[in-house]
Amino acid sequence: MADAVVTRIYSNFIMRILSLAVLGMYLSILSAFSQGNTDSSKYQNKKLQFEEVDFVASYYRQDGNNSAVTGGTGTEKLTDFTNTIELKMIKYDNKERKNQFKIEFGIDHYTSASSDKIDPSTISSASFDDTRLYPSLSWNRENEKRGTNVGITASYSREADYKSYGTGVNFRKTSADKNRELDISLQAFFDKWKVIFPVELRPPNYGTGAKNDNLRVDHTPRNSYTASLSYSMVVNKKLQVLLLTDPTYQRGLLATKFHRVYFTDGSARPENLPNKKMKLPVGIRANYFSGDYVVLRSLYRFYIDDWGMKAHTIEMETAVKFSNFISLSPFYRFHTQNAIDYFAEFSKNKLNRTYFMSDYDLSTLESHFFGMGIRITPPKGITGSGKLNMLELRYGHYTRSTALQSDIISLHVKFK
Amino acid sequence: MKNKTSAYIFLTVACTVVFGLLSCKTVKQYQKMYLNDAEMKLGARKIQRAEQNFQIYREGASGANGGKSGGGCGCN
Repeated sequence: MADAVVTRIYSNFIMRILSLAVLGMYLSILSAFSQGNTDSSKYQNKKLQFEEVDFVASYYRQDGNNSAVTGGTGTEKLTDFTNTIELKMIKYDNKERKNQFKIEFGIDHYTSASSDKIDPSTISSASFDDTRLYPSLSWNRENEKRGTNVGITASYSREADYKSYGTGVNFRKTSADKNRELDISLQAFFDKWKVIFPVELRPPNYGTGAKNDNLRVDHTPRNSYTASLSYSMVVNKKLQVLLLTDPTYQRGLLATKFHRVYFTDGSARPENLPNKKMKLPVGIRANYFSGDYVVLRSLYRFYIDDWGMKAHTIEMETAVKFSNFISLSPFYRFHTQNAIDYFAEFSKNKLNRTYFMSDYDLSTLESHFFGMGIRITPPKGITGSGKLNMLELRYGHYTRSTALQSDIISLHVKFK
Repeated sequence: MKNKTSAYIFLTVACTVVFGLLSCKTVKQYQKMYLNDAEMKLGARKIQRAEQNFQIYREGASGANGGKSGGGCGCN
């Protein structure tokens, strides 16, 4: 009996020593991680390596009855099929800095019933459908020791009546404890429009803009400059917040000349708007992990511009994690805005105004967007091979107080 | 115009200052189990890109949501 008691006390003592040793090891590992400094002696492969490929496809359709092409009345039926593929490669240099190279290629194909009304005399004009191509390249260098990341981007976009060259630089600084991050980026887009007029408002000897038409068509620039600033911080173990703003200045042809505008006397002219615009959106995002299975994501954005528009947008999304690998995310978005100073409904524009338009996208409106997403990320990949790393599917329905309705379904797959 | 510009600057500065003044707890790397979850990623996700794109066309506001703010398309 006494032996049994001694043995039990001895084994308890050994267990405590072992537990303390394990706890000590655990704490020393944690303290090593918590120092936040990168071990400069760790070896990184210096060769250019594949990191991941993302493929996103999306199908969008809409219908409404306030087309700007026909002066604020008429069909807004439109479909858009979007595909983008993004390849990421990484390479560590001799100073252990991570260089990331990103190549992206996007292609959209859309059909628009209202664009077809630019020249209703044709059975189906060149503007009935169009394809947009948009490749981009970017390079980022991350210095983990200093907590900095710098990068440059170049982009191009082309569709039948629009060409765009974009460039940008970005800088990011992460705090030593990795709880705060400041991101600054400057972007410029140098765009060029082909100025297309509705058939009955075309000046004499002015072309249609179609490829097979040799008559003269003007090309006008529209340049956009954006200085983005964002600051993120960890508030506690389950909450993080991001503040962001993208002040933007635009200059050039901001009116869409194939939009008709009808006046109170029944006459019509092409849309006319100022050639400058200053926009200031300010947003705040907050993500909160509630319990062990629910993530609440939210966004509030305030927007103001010097054309007289103010807007508020709220987004809420709840990701419910059924396991570590599957989550379901219902979402809701509400947007409200007032009309710009130059907007008037169909046939209500006054003749004495310098600037005028009947584009309901810039009218007073409220919109609701809701839907559901599912995300699957099994540890061994979707197919078991580990290459198809993630699959996400999302559907949303959009309604606007101007009676426009639309649906969008998107798919995102990631290969690693 | 001058008043509007002042309002823009004030709003930007005020938001930055207020945000900067908010003091937070220091969360260690080993305490970031929840924060490092893929669902907790701040910023718009890739799958939302097409949604943001149509919203730029169908509404007057843009930017400050992880999407485009202007340029590169014939949108508002």
